[in-house]
Amino acid sequence: MDYPFGDGTSLALEPEYAEARATCPVVRVRLPFGGEAWLVTRHADVREVLTDPRFSSRETTRNPDGPRFTPQPLFPAGVMSMDPPEHTRIRSLVSKAFTGARVQALRPRITEIAEGLADAMLEHGPPADLVTMFALPLPVTVICELLGVPYADHGRFRELSDALLSTTALPPEEIFAAVKELNLYLAGLIEARRAAPRDDMLSGLIRARDQEDRLSEQELVEFSVGLLVTGHETAATQIANFTYMLARNPGQLAALRADPALIPNAVEELLRHTPLGAVSGIPRVATEDVELSGVTIKAGDSVVPSINSANHDEAVFDNPHDLDVTRESNPHIAFGHGVHFCLGAQLARAELQIAVHTLLTRFPALRISADDAALHWKKGLLIRGFSSLSVTW
Amino acid sequence: MNGPWHVEVTPDCIASGVCVGTAPAHFALVEGRSVPRNPSAAPDPLLLSVADACPMEAIRVRAADGTALAPTD
Ligand code: HEM
Ligand code: SF4
Repeated sequence: MDYPFGDGTSLALEPEYAEARATCPVVRVRLPFGGEAWLVTRHADVREVLTDPRFSSRETTRNPDGPRFTPQPLFPAGVMSMDPPEHTRIRSLVSKAFTGARVQALRPRITEIAEGLADAMLEHGPPADLVTMFALPLPVTVICELLGVPYADHGRFRELSDALLSTTALPPEEIFAAVKELNLYLAGLIEARRAAPRDDMLSGLIRARDQEDRLSEQELVEFSVGLLVTGHETAATQIANFTYMLARNPGQLAALRADPALIPNAVEELLRHTPLGAVSGIPRVATEDVELSGVTIKAGDSVVPSINSANHDEAVFDNPHDLDVTRESNPHIAFGHGVHFCLGAQLARAELQIAVHTLLTRFPALRISADDAALHWKKGLLIRGFSSLSVTW
Repeated sequence: MNGPWHVEVTPDCIASGVCVGTAPAHFALVEGRSVPRNPSAAPDPLLLSVADACPMEAIRVRAADGTALAPTD
């Protein structure tokens, strides 16, 4: 069976996942590059793959020709490619900047950015492209300010960032070129901050490198590139996706309008329900034989833990295919689980809550302009969502 | 630094699984929350880095005499 199951131009999860969960929850699939892997579809098994140290992230970079979604190994020196204890070293260095308490302190600034973007959109008048006018600039401004990257350069790194997440959208040479250019861009900024430090994360990481030798130069560059790219592609994509999901579920939207205190709960439900990955899950490699749902995964086999599928597992969620903003028990794993649990989870939650709140209050009559057949989807990337989304009010 | 360390997980825990994945000998997830396997643990530097990696700063590690060891500022 070829994987991914669809081209990602829909926010409805492909039916193959439910079929796999019911009939063969750990199933052999062929990835776009490098051959076959085990697709893991049940919530319990996916959590197992994400927490069990016998499933290694580092091993995926040891065999660069192994089963994978991108022609190049993504960030070989980045956190996502590390296992403990090397992973713990980098993670404990940076997690301070992203803790719940830190993010709480950022909320007023995030709200200010969101309000400013809403003002500009109102001034522009309908119809407007939600992606370029709101969904993208909000998280990109936030990550630029946190990291210390000039927002004025965003035109340059938006395309590069898309290129990095390409699976089949671009020829490999173009992806390699984009990786190189982004690395050079960040390396240049790092040199500038080295000479003249500021109060930003880049300067902090440089200090950890130069004064305490806690990470290598390549780790410093790749980690910064990684943050810039994730800061672009994740929350931005989900802001537009969530807007679409709410517009297409008018009953849920009305419930939210009637009771905005439901927004945090609604964001958790939207995170669970709306697949962000077009391919779901970054592969791991088994370092020993492991049994999952009766299937023996052999040492050396690649495994793809499907977060999307886990979040729709009927064994864990009642009516998983319904969007229910009042859902009470919601142990979704949209931010992953275990050592690689999303570093930006609390930040992304704040951005998404503020985005939904701002759009609901400033645009009480917000609608998607086009029919489903006329929407513009990203294609051939690791993530699914809109390249542009025309809205009116 | 004589004597065992006190390990505590506060109600801020969001069950991310970071501690459980990083230090399975020290933490387990029980009903949607992390609990220390041994609240009075033999000193282990891993406990300090895990406390620093927790996304909610929900892991508190104290020395036998009560001095806070992690998370660090
Ligand atoms: C809706 C928004 C987001 C979602 C759904 C999301 C989801 C995820 C998931 C599922 C993982 C784990 C992948 C795996 O284990 O295979 C992850 C890791 C990560 N995320 Fe996010 N993310 C979001 C936003 C962000 C933001 C805004 C940032 C940065 C500012 C970020 C930074 C990271 C980093 C650095 C990792 C790697 C962590 C590690 O390897 O230890 N994410 N994210
Ligand atoms: S790392 Fe922190 S938030 Fe995550 S499970 Fe452990 S104590 Fe809870």
